[in-house]
Amino acid sequence: MALDVGSSGDWDGRWRHVQKFLERSGPFTHPDFEPSEETLQFLLETCKILVIGAGGLGCELLKNLALSGFRHIHVVDMDTIDVSNLNRQFLFRSKDVGHPKAEVAADFINSRVPGCHVVPHFKKIQEFDESFYRQFHIIVCGLDSIIARRWMNGMLLSLLVYDDGVLDPSSIIPLIDGGTEGFKGNARVILPGMTACIDCTLELYPPQINFPMCTIASMPRLPEHCIEYARILQWPKEKPFGDGVALDGDNPEHIHWVFQKSLERAAEFNIIGVTYRLTQGVVKRIIPAVASTNAVIAGTVPSRENTALFAYVPLNNYLVFNDVDGLYTYTFEAERKENCSACSQVPQKLQFPPSAKLQEVLEYLTENASLQMKSPAITATLEGKNKTLYLQTVASIEEKTRPNLCKTLKELGLADGQELAVADVTTPQTVLFKLNFTS
Amino acid sequence: MADHKTNKDQRYDRQLRLWGDHGQEALENAHVCLVNAAASGTEILKNLVLPGIGAFTIVDGHRVSGEDVGNNFFLSSDSVGKNRAQATTELLQELNTDVSGNFVEENPDRLLDNDPEFFHRFSLVIAVQLEESTCLRLGSVLWNAAVPFLVCRTYGLVGYMRLVVREHTVVESHPDNALEDLRLDQPFPELTNHITSYDLDNMEKKDHSHTPWVIIVAKYLQKWCREHDFQLPRNYKEKEAFRQLLREGIRKNENGTPEEEENFDEAIKNVNTALNPSKVCVSVEDLFNAEQCENITSQSPAFWVMVRAVRDFVQAEGRGSLPVRGTIPDMIADSDKFISLQNVYRERALQDAAAVSRHVESHLQAVGKVCIWGTLHMWNAAFLRVVHCRALVEEYGVDTVHKDEITSCMDNPDSEMVLYLMLRSVDCFYQQHSRYPGVYNYQVEDDIVRLKLCVHSLLQEYGLTVNVKDDYVHEFCRYGAAEPHTVAAFMGGAAAQEAIKLITHQFVPFNNTFIYNAMAQTSATFQL
Repeated sequence: MALDVGSSGDWDGRWRHVQKFLERSGPFTHPDFEPSEETLQFLLETCKILVIGAGGLGCELLKNLALSGFRHIHVVDMDTIDVSNLNRQFLFRSKDVGHPKAEVAADFINSRVPGCHVVPHFKKIQEFDESFYRQFHIIVCGLDSIIARRWMNGMLLSLLVYDDGVLDPSSIIPLIDGGTEGFKGNARVILPGMTACIDCTLELYPPQINFPMCTIASMPRLPEHCIEYARILQWPKEKPFGDGVALDGDNPEHIHWVFQKSLERAAEFNIIGVTYRLTQGVVKRIIPAVASTNAVIAGTVPSRENTALFAYVPLNNYLVFNDVDGLYTYTFEAERKENCSACSQVPQKLQFPPSAKLQEVLEYLTENASLQMKSPAITATLEGKNKTLYLQTVASIEEKTRPNLCKTLKELGLADGQELAVADVTTPQTVLFKLNFTS
Repeated sequence: MADHKTNKDQRYDRQLRLWGDHGQEALENAHVCLVNAAASGTEILKNLVLPGIGAFTIVDGHRVSGEDVGNNFFLSSDSVGKNRAQATTELLQELNTDVSGNFVEENPDRLLDNDPEFFHRFSLVIAVQLEESTCLRLGSVLWNAAVPFLVCRTYGLVGYMRLVVREHTVVESHPDNALEDLRLDQPFPELTNHITSYDLDNMEKKDHSHTPWVIIVAKYLQKWCREHDFQLPRNYKEKEAFRQLLREGIRKNENGTPEEEENFDEAIKNVNTALNPSKVCVSVEDLFNAEQCENITSQSPAFWVMVRAVRDFVQAEGRGSLPVRGTIPDMIADSDKFISLQNVYRERALQDAAAVSRHVESHLQAVGKVCIWGTLHMWNAAFLRVVHCRALVEEYGVDTVHKDEITSCMDNPDSEMVLYLMLRSVDCFYQQHSRYPGVYNYQVEDDIVRLKLCVHSLLQEYGLTVNVKDDYVHEFCRYGAAEPHTVAAFMGGAAAQEAIKLITHQFVPFNNTFIYNAMAQTSATFQL
């Protein structure tokens, strides 16, 4: 039986489940909420949402948004579909393997949910600039990388407009960020400029486990040490698939090579436990994942959106979930960090003696728990000109600036109170530091 | 030797890392029944079909309405008018061709009338958005047939789950923060011998700083015990003194400054871990004291034979301790020293496991059974658990209601318990008026009054002197029994994971009522 689809593309009762919340007042709705039939229209016709990531969380988010009345949705994802995605990324099928996630996800939603118009972007988030991001009312992230989250965070902070030091609320784009790992997950609301941002709580993210080199090289004890030996030391030395061919975790032949070498290494030290599955897990830094956790976390997001849409500052903006033993949720208010390098607008300080080498500054930028930069590029204004002190990401410049690492700050001509500009993948904007000489 | 994985291994790789191949096998042998293919139900099934359960059967007599299509991802615009079980089965089935999807176009009440044994074949029955009377009937049938029953509900911005299972055994609980099993307070002979083989004072510098902290602590514990009347450090003061003893053990260079010996730093940091008493934890003691452990018969499930065998071990070879776990954490050490220490624990664990096996065998022989190991692939004595979630009839019984639990939670009138009371109240409303409150706008105001009466009669019936704020009565009328998709999606994830726990016997399920408040984004678990 065909549905009687009205001129709006909707059929009778379609939004009845949603309407009760938008059109009826209630004792617990927040102070700014006015029930009205127009809110649904706003959702259907005007509200523009950006979903970042079309993976485990992304698929769930797109479904939830589409069935909640959001029609103008953009989705960005730079990846293509892999077989191992199919256990949870339910918008994809075997025939879609190899195709861009964003495009397949958009097609599926658009055909399953009539009237929904998801626009895919098979791109990296860094390929867009402010003009793209500015058009959205809300941005929801289902990312698998902290670097990407920080970049997004930085982008939204850069959109903020201050009039005479006062933040213009219309320049705020709420960011809702979710993440999952096995049976654990979290979701948080960020109102840039108002609430804690990603960088304010960088310490909440546990640092990645990297085994000490001496353990890997000469004192392996665990099967993981044997695998890292093959990956980090043997592969570059033996170049098993040719010069310049990098280890590709998705290439079964590469993994097989690492697996065999790991077994040999393990046999040498009487270590048991090296398996193909473990090898792949270590090389690709695989995080276990199931559909259910993604469903739970994505399920909390639209409620947070409703909160954010009405620009109501949430008291408990950070939710954590764990269902290893029963089910556990906990929400708290993540607090802003006073001197956050991303959102506080407080100039960051670097305290070093003039005899310190540039190398030490670089190490501080990468190892400090609040900064955790990946490959910072440092520039300074010297003799009226902009000089690159060190940059890693372009090989030729790296080579040219490498000798600077051994020079002292004084030798480089830097003065007390000087400003250093640092660029890094973790932020779209340069971070300014003030250099203070200590004795 | 081909290590390239089969397609199924690749597809399920990310979840196999959580529950292993044996867990996956259990899933693939499971047949789950869903009663009512409302959005909450199809979301649960989605999260079971994707990881590859063997089969599902949907029982639903409803015809698809426009409202259904609006909130259910597994219905499309041309599903309207079709039977809801059939329409949703099609779209769920296509998620995963490994799974076998079935449907029964029938009202569960009718099935209960005509063929209640229909439900006996399932590994688990999940019912969503089911009226109270049918739910209680179904609960009774499943209880008597010992089939686990998971009730799930989305009511406005409230999610609800209730697990009903006589006895659920957990073979692998995978605790997040398990204590290590090092036995330093009562080292077994092979461990003592191994420790004795070390001569810390006369070792080369390199060996000294690459000796595992476990050995170091053990050696210094021996020293301490000799000087303290064979008593281990008991309180903070003594542990601090012990740490100081360790500190003094760090080698010094020619100038008298301590060398950098990270293994000693580890030893000092791990004193508390090292001194954890090696005793049988309470949850396992409870298992030992259970009637099912005491009386092993030919009907005894494998789990209880295993528990009994472990108890026998504890009383005999174990001399009061559980079988040694056999794993040790990584620690700073050279490969040889670490591996040989690890092997001491591992070999002892194998010996202990063999002793337990012998006890298992003797019980099986005594009752005339053969083999049980198929269902107990991996076990860890300390991590065995059993969960009992009592029957619905007891929760609902006036004499058996958990009055104290309800009343004490309601000391905080905004506790999630009030949402439970409201759900029970709307069920009363349904019983009286054959509909839920506030479904249509014009009903809302009058229904608030009617619902309030239901709340009062419920509280009176159970003798509950608690205060249910008017705000909640108003709010539940506002909901109009709506099922917003996002709350259904949350519950779909939560319920599916509990279902997986029940099927795989891994990880511990909730016991027995879970409430999710989507307004405040909070949740709570009660035992009702």
